[in-house]
Amino acid sequence: MTQESQVIQHESAHPTPGTYFKVAMALSAITAIEVAVFYLEFVRHAIIPILVLLSGAKFILVCMYYMHLKFDDRIFSTMFVAGLVTASGVVMALMALFRFFA
Amino acid sequence: MTTVPFAIPRPTHPTGVWSWITTIDHKKIGVLYGVTAFVLFIIGGLEALLMRIQLAGPNQDIVSPEVFNQLFTMHGTTMIFLAVMPLSAAFFNFVIPLQIGARDVAFPRLNAFSYWTFLGGAILLNSSWFLGGATNAGWFGYAPLTSTAQNPGNGIDFWIISLQVLGVASLAAAFNFIVTIVNMRAPGMSFMRMPLFTWMTFITAILLVLAFPVITVALIELYFDRTFGMNFFNVATGGDPVLWQHLFWVFGHPEVYILILPAMGIVSEILPTFAKKPLFGYSTVVLAGAIIAFMGWMVWSHHMFTVGLGPIPTAVFTLTTMAIAVPTGIKIFNWMATIWGGSMEYKAPLLFALGFIALFTIGGISGIMHAMASSDAQQQDTYFIVAHIHYVLFGGAIVAVVGGIYYWFPKITGRMYNEAIGKLNFWVMFVGMNLVFFPMHFLGLDGMPRRIYTYDANMGWSLWNGVSTLGALVLGLSFLIFIYNIVTSWRNGEAADGDPWDGRTLEWSMSSPPPEYNFAEIPTVYDRDAWWAEKRGQVHHGVPVGGGSGEEEHSIHMPQPSYWPIVVSIGLVIAGFGLVYHGTYFAVAAFGVLIGMIGVYAWSFEPVNDPE
Amino acid sequence: MWAFLGSDCMFFGSLIATYLVYKNRSLSGPLPVDVFSIPTTSVSTFVLLMSSMSMVLAYAALRRNRMKTFRIWLASTALMGMTFLAFQVFEFHAFANHEVVVDCTAPIGELTALEQSVAADCEPGQHEIEKQVGLTPRTNLFGSTFFTLTGFHGAHVTLGVVWLLSMFFLSFKKGAVTPEKELNLDLAALYWHFVDIVWIIIFTVVYLFGVFPGF
Repeated sequence: MTQESQVIQHESAHPTPGTYFKVAMALSAITAIEVAVFYLEFVRHAIIPILVLLSGAKFILVCMYYMHLKFDDRIFSTMFVAGLVTASGVVMALMALFRFFA
Repeated sequence: MTTVPFAIPRPTHPTGVWSWITTIDHKKIGVLYGVTAFVLFIIGGLEALLMRIQLAGPNQDIVSPEVFNQLFTMHGTTMIFLAVMPLSAAFFNFVIPLQIGARDVAFPRLNAFSYWTFLGGAILLNSSWFLGGATNAGWFGYAPLTSTAQNPGNGIDFWIISLQVLGVASLAAAFNFIVTIVNMRAPGMSFMRMPLFTWMTFITAILLVLAFPVITVALIELYFDRTFGMNFFNVATGGDPVLWQHLFWVFGHPEVYILILPAMGIVSEILPTFAKKPLFGYSTVVLAGAIIAFMGWMVWSHHMFTVGLGPIPTAVFTLTTMAIAVPTGIKIFNWMATIWGGSMEYKAPLLFALGFIALFTIGGISGIMHAMASSDAQQQDTYFIVAHIHYVLFGGAIVAVVGGIYYWFPKITGRMYNEAIGKLNFWVMFVGMNLVFFPMHFLGLDGMPRRIYTYDANMGWSLWNGVSTLGALVLGLSFLIFIYNIVTSWRNGEAADGDPWDGRTLEWSMSSPPPEYNFAEIPTVYDRDAWWAEKRGQVHHGVPVGGGSGEEEHSIHMPQPSYWPIVVSIGLVIAGFGLVYHGTYFAVAAFGVLIGMIGVYAWSFEPVNDPE
Repeated sequence: MWAFLGSDCMFFGSLIATYLVYKNRSLSGPLPVDVFSIPTTSVSTFVLLMSSMSMVLAYAALRRNRMKTFRIWLASTALMGMTFLAFQVFEFHAFANHEVVVDCTAPIGELTALEQSVAADCEPGQHEIEKQVGLTPRTNLFGSTFFTLTGFHGAHVTLGVVWLLSMFFLSFKKGAVTPEKELNLDLAALYWHFVDIVWIIIFTVVYLFGVFPGF
């Protein structure tokens, strides 16, 4: 990961600092909602799907904008998603095997 | 970055020991990998031979049960991590840049680091023989056999730490080859024009990158249990040894494909060359490789059918395991269709490739037999399984690797091997291999368990054990023939020209051995079998399509040698010793990390080339 | 780099899998519900999220060759990383020295499992009992899995801080960190964001789900 690689051609439009700031605001807002939801009594039974969705949104925001996957070659996304999908698949399978959902 | 901290003059040794220690040339590193891994292969083979001699007849007492446990554990670990994987890595190193039309890999110094770290891990693991006994819990290291209560010695710690070190080496190499294959292909070489061996390397590297972290975590957890008294696999505090089995096989099954896919790639190079036909169904073979790699993640629990996972998981894993035989079968039929009607030239590499198909198919069929959970319940932990894995790993991986060595020998050394001895080598190996491992099917079905150090005469296992040991001696002989052929041919073989086989791929387009810079001019690729197309004047019917990014420049700058990769590796190994002995030895580990850090910084600040 | 991150996904995936598989299997306390303090961790989560923002702002500044702005944002990123680590040290320390005070006269049903086990030591006539029930990696499965998972995340953050500080000091050397060499910073940034998104998952799965009964 040093200067040896004259690699990678990701010179497309990068977002502006303004966009970065908006994304940061969105991330903070989602975190605030998460913590708020957590203290709300009436959503108790739906809390897990809600939290999964909200943190999934944060995850995607960071990947797309801060890690500029949105603006990069498809091959980078493929690499990363391969790892992500395999990891989540293995986690889910292991949980099922240990009867976590039963 | 013109002024360099830690300013030590750059190594400038064109020949001699230092030229090898500081080399970052992928071809030299490939040779280092190959020779080292072969030496370790011989060590692993001698361990196996000792076991076979012990088992030659009933109630023998040549090695003690304690030593026997260490022998089979080290045999498995050595063959998988120190022999087959690095032998494949030797081919990746030597062949891949040549096949894709590049002057080197993407990160040449990282490549050197991979090799030295691999060597360090191998030394670390084998030093345990002399430092209180090697690991003895099986290559899978099942909990709770590995707990401090069961296993107070430090053999297990050596095993844990050296596998971590080897993991670092493999991961570094895998990243390197992924980047190399994605970024350094010659102009015009789209993904679907890549040679099959490059494809299989690419898939293997991706598997490595995804599989190794899992074993890393499992080993960290085990290490924490042993060193800090944590609870991961401690039943008394609610831990579950089955979790170790799951984590191990989540890694372990993709690992099986890490071992076999490069061999499949080698065979897919040899067959078309000697049949004088392009590979039948190229895209199907590539796709089958990718599907095998993908499905390799969905079958791991078939190693654990007898654990009692419950009917649903068992049924699911039975089905996925049977399904994974389909892409494998597709490959075998494609290879057969490749040689069908070809004008065959029965040279030694072709014999090995054909041997691979036959033996691997036998191993595949016995594999389907224990894919069936009910039948596996009978075969689990018997010699039937030993027969199966050796048909796929020896008959598959090793036979293909030996064939690959013969195939690329002229390119690597610039000399021809002795064809007659090469053929003799194949037949002795083929007979020996079947003599050792085929009787194990009978022994297994007859109920002989694995990993026992002896058996009684009235069990009825004596005959086939005797035959098997005889076969092991024949197999040993075949490797003596191999060594003789390689050594004498390397010294005084006939000079080989650049293209002795009428090859199809780019590595045959240059002199043998290749010049340091590989390609005087980066070639442009118009076709799948690029070198055939060029030789036969079919080059101008196509336009280069996108993909690949060869350098434009015409003056050749090769990266200069460097000391730092080996420094970082040495730091890592010192840290490893510190971790094995833990306690106050953590200071040693810290010292090792410090050396490694210095190496990393010096490495990052060292320009690829000194300013002229 | 993306291949490395894919690989690191598997690393944390395995750690999280171990954590989840062993969740609710600890034979003794303390459990997440006993020790977690959601407000504290929310603050440290917020700090880490903001550090990702200052990281991208540093990157944007470098691309525009505004070295001073670049250094300010880079230093604040590293500083926020260190703040996060300080929170983590504080939290680990608090867990290890966790104390409970139990009202001996309270009905058993109103006490948590941990409080019940402490209340079992009440002498007859005693009103209140105070006991240190620290959580260490050795205490139970929760301790082992929790400290290993968050500890390795912390180690990743530490490595990131070292990396960023190296780039910060390097940037004072002429020509070492320039817009043309933005790839070097980009790689550090990718790593930093990755550590951040791993924490997004840990915060939700370990902390928020951890305190929620019945999960």
